[in-house]
Amino acid sequence: MSIDIDVTHRFGAFRLAARFTGGAGVTALFGRSGSGKTSLINIIGGLLRPDRGRVVIDGVTLVDTDRGIFVPKHRRRLGYVFQEARLFPHMSVRRNLLYGRGFVPAGERVAVEPIVAMLGIGHLLERRPAGLSGGEKQRVAIGRALLASPRLLLMDEPLAALDESRKGEILPYIERLRDEMRLPIVYVSHSVAEVARLATTLVVLNAGEVAAAGPAAEVMQRLDLSPLTGPEGTGAVIDGTVAAQDERYGLTLVATPAGELRIPSVAKPVGAPVRLHIRARDVMLADRRPEGLSALNIIAGVIAEIGSPVGAAVEIRLDCQGVPLVARLTRLSLDRLGLAPGRTVFAVVKAVSFLPEEPGKREGSAADAAD
Amino acid sequence: MSWLELSPAEWTAVHLSLKVSFWAMLASLPFGIIVALLLARGRFWGHSLLNGIVHLPLVLPPVVTGFLLLILFGRRGPIGAFLDQYFGIVFSFRWTGAALACAVMAFPLMVRSIRLSIEAVDTRLEVAAGTLGANPVWVFVTVTLPLILPGIIAGMVIAFAKAMGEFGATITFVSNIPGETQTLSAAIYTFTQVPGGDAGAMRLTIVAVVIAMAALLLSEVLARGVARRIAAA
Repeated sequence: MSIDIDVTHRFGAFRLAARFTGGAGVTALFGRSGSGKTSLINIIGGLLRPDRGRVVIDGVTLVDTDRGIFVPKHRRRLGYVFQEARLFPHMSVRRNLLYGRGFVPAGERVAVEPIVAMLGIGHLLERRPAGLSGGEKQRVAIGRALLASPRLLLMDEPLAALDESRKGEILPYIERLRDEMRLPIVYVSHSVAEVARLATTLVVLNAGEVAAAGPAAEVMQRLDLSPLTGPEGTGAVIDGTVAAQDERYGLTLVATPAGELRIPSVAKPVGAPVRLHIRARDVMLADRRPEGLSALNIIAGVIAEIGSPVGAAVEIRLDCQGVPLVARLTRLSLDRLGLAPGRTVFAVVKAVSFLPEEPGKREGSAADAAD
Repeated sequence: MSWLELSPAEWTAVHLSLKVSFWAMLASLPFGIIVALLLARGRFWGHSLLNGIVHLPLVLPPVVTGFLLLILFGRRGPIGAFLDQYFGIVFSFRWTGAALACAVMAFPLMVRSIRLSIEAVDTRLEVAAGTLGANPVWVFVTVTLPLILPGIIAGMVIAFAKAMGEFGATITFVSNIPGETQTLSAAIYTFTQVPGGDAGAMRLTIVAVVIAMAALLLSEVLARGVARRIAAA
């Protein structure tokens, strides 16, 4: 699977000039509103015809302005999940789901039952979209896109119209598309939390241009991007595996190259991959290994980079045996500790500050522990 | 109550009016949908001109519209002669001419109703249908058309009602021939022009009121059924 984009497009005073490649997993297009991320996904989906450039998905050229190629959207075989579910109001949920299936050659159709079961929408089939909750609508919209057998799924801020608990309801489904169905996804979002959780490849857009692109963990730790991600956004993404479950204290032990970390329990079997997002503001630094602290996670690392100060704060990137970690300190602390690149320090992270992988499933795991 | 009974001649006028209005409504429907689509969605040179031509019968004196039809669609008119020669279709002094006059007069109302419903359709739904693999024609048939159905029904009913009441253009174009072109309105007019015709005029007036009311009630019922079916998401 490959996604190869190189386009320029101008509307009014805004100029989009983006070039990036993506692959399997989730390619996240991240940026503030007006950064051009929605225009970009619309160009991929065929909703917008770029002034110039190429869009090649998995070796199939969908757009090439030099060669006069523009495949119309209904022949692209790309699923599209919009911010608003856009269900057809005059059709039942079942007819909505089956709408795109008839256009797929008989041999390439996917089975309806597993998708309906995976999304948990079996009990809604005879209902009208008008009576569904926001989360239910979005699950039906995802199912409708999947049943059109897309070779790539486009998602344009699919959670933005939902409240926090509904977001937690949908996110695990998107992860299952990524991990179980192995469906490549292009995911547009302005939410750092969503991107940190889902992205395999991260493309950061700013004012119509690609500010950074690459593996998510690599791009997330870059200090020069924090003006784009915002003060809440900077942080490190660490991929690890479940090492053990501590049911007594409701904690999960995660093995990472930087050592074992304790986080609030996630309902995954031992050995399952877990992605942690540790925000810079949740990390403290000490110049020697601290003792007598309540914090459970103390990680040794070497200062790799000190960012340029913003107001009173400064961000510091650590290298902990190859694992990145970002801390935000005041400039005062930086000077008092005399921190400089190359020094070994100890990062302190409270277990509760880990953003859990699947907030929607935490209650389930608590119930399991009580058994 | 014997004065309420319609004479055979009056029945003929009522029957003719229903026939003329029905065909005027049905024959103009495809054109109405196409023109409404062009006006609602089309971006082309002459958009305003088309809009003007469609709405002209609404503001022109009906007698002018009738006269123009006579010139264009009469036996010796450029269009009338052509249709007569190649298709054997004759409008002048026939009930078909009355239907044509009614259709032209009702057309702006039908187009307006359908156009408003097209403009109310959420085009994002059509885009979504396209991403699912539907080509533009299929998108129109399966998404746009069902969503504008209430507007189409309303447009048909208002066109029918307008056709039932049409008088000026019809009488100018195809005259007032009992049994061929004498519609309800023309018959009432004729009654008012002869001594002692008041009773007949009253009987036909009651018929006109009943038909108009029935049409409005029917459209209400239909539109409500459709609205229930396509309750907004």
